[in-house]
Amino acid sequence: MAYDIDYIRSQFPILDQQVHGRPLVYLDNAATAQKPKAVVDAISHYYYNDNANVHRGVHTLSQRATDAMEAVREQVRAHIGAREAAEIIFTRGITDSINTVAFGMGALIKPHQNVVITALEHHSNIVPWQMLCERTGATLRYIPINEKGELVLHSLEDIIDEHTVMVAFNHISNSLGTINPVSTILARAKAVGAWTLVDGAQSGPHAMVDVLEWDVDFFTLASHKMYGPTGLGVLYGKRERLEALPPYQGGGEMIATVTLEKSTYAEIPHKFEAGTPHIEGVIGFGAALKFMNSIGIDAIAKHEAELLDYATEILSSIEGFRIIGTADHKASVLSFLVDGTHPYDLGVLLDQQGIAVRTGQHCTQPIMDQFCIAGTARASFAMYNTKEEIDLFKAALDRAVNMLR
Amino acid sequence: MTISEKQAALVDEFAFFDDWMDKYNHIIEMGKSLKPLSDQDKQEDLLVQGCQSKVWLKAEKQGDDVKFWADADAIIAKGIVAMLIDVFDEQPAADIAQAELGFIEEIGLKDHLSPTRANGLMSMIKQMKIYALAFA
Repeated sequence: MAYDIDYIRSQFPILDQQVHGRPLVYLDNAATAQKPKAVVDAISHYYYNDNANVHRGVHTLSQRATDAMEAVREQVRAHIGAREAAEIIFTRGITDSINTVAFGMGALIKPHQNVVITALEHHSNIVPWQMLCERTGATLRYIPINEKGELVLHSLEDIIDEHTVMVAFNHISNSLGTINPVSTILARAKAVGAWTLVDGAQSGPHAMVDVLEWDVDFFTLASHKMYGPTGLGVLYGKRERLEALPPYQGGGEMIATVTLEKSTYAEIPHKFEAGTPHIEGVIGFGAALKFMNSIGIDAIAKHEAELLDYATEILSSIEGFRIIGTADHKASVLSFLVDGTHPYDLGVLLDQQGIAVRTGQHCTQPIMDQFCIAGTARASFAMYNTKEEIDLFKAALDRAVNMLR
Repeated sequence: MTISEKQAALVDEFAFFDDWMDKYNHIIEMGKSLKPLSDQDKQEDLLVQGCQSKVWLKAEKQGDDVKFWADADAIIAKGIVAMLIDVFDEQPAADIAQAELGFIEEIGLKDHLSPTRANGLMSMIKQMKIYALAFA
């Protein structure tokens, strides 16, 4: 089946607008993706027809809202190939997902032990582990990167050792686009009995993941990067890990019994879902998954790979154009600098011409430090972007560079 | 020229351009023609807090007036600080401390800056006024 770009674009009304008098070209998808009508409609439908609090009412609306929310839990389970829906926890986002695990591990980790992350992580997969190590006296270790922005694995056996309790890393780098060798790292972690967490923030919209095939302990997703609502994340955890992990937050929904002296916790997933959940977010996310799967993640990934190749090719003709992150395996992220220009200036002049890109450190300050740069400009592609948009981007960049030099 | 006359002159200058890309081009040219600070002067304590890019601002009391120098790593930020220097340089410290800067609104610059960059602009103005207050 041909990739029907006109149909896809028609599903994203926000794209059809002018910014500073020019057609909007939205290339900041790694920060957040736009939402198709199906997602907005699902949220409207929920509020017009089914809104009630979940998991406690006996009345019809509460039952409908609960059923709708739990149906999405099952949808997510199927999407990532988990064994059971109870292993899918809804969180406030990936930051919340990772903090849930890192906080819970505080009770399980000893000062002589260590946690391993990589030099390629988003701040959300660095800071919670630093805080865990500060609290417990454990050590935080890093798998380094090379000048292409790829993980250097030759000393993996020294970094991940018998004292390693957790190995946490992203599937795809948000600032450089590097696709990491997940299985190799997981194999070493499992050989020493460490727990594992793979951050799927950037893989969610671009790649099919099977958590059982990887045999990973924890996996995270962000709804808003997958064409769903903001404020909702997923934490997948194997049942035995989630049962071993103490809850992060206390409150309603997460308890079995409460007395003034002592409470007992509910079973998973509710143990980790204190308070009224982001119900409409969950319902919107279900619609987003359905929409994404109707196009097909493989077809989307192929389309985005073509855009990345095309953009890399035509932009490279700009004198002094430098791509930061040139890994052999890359997703649809293009981080770049142009000699003699500052990325902030490029960002302003691109915006004046209707082109939305991200500028700065992309919440990955250690990566920027390693490359000795203050930041980059970053274009990232999604299912609805086109080669014509990349041509507009190229023309706008040419003009900006001419003005700045 | 007084601070008000300087502002009016800048507004006239920018009114000459219809298109915002041309206005930006003018800001960039102002940035390019601002005399750069020496590397020696680009010290941590001269950095303006609250700017996304690095902006260094130096001031000296000269009689009743204040003399300003500035530099930035991004050229648009440098152009913006050049505009502020154009308005405030060698003006009486007391006038700088009390000045209302209407030209930013009149040029329309505020609407064309992202919130973080508009904050950066406010930080530059604040820093210049702090220098002026100290010298007044």
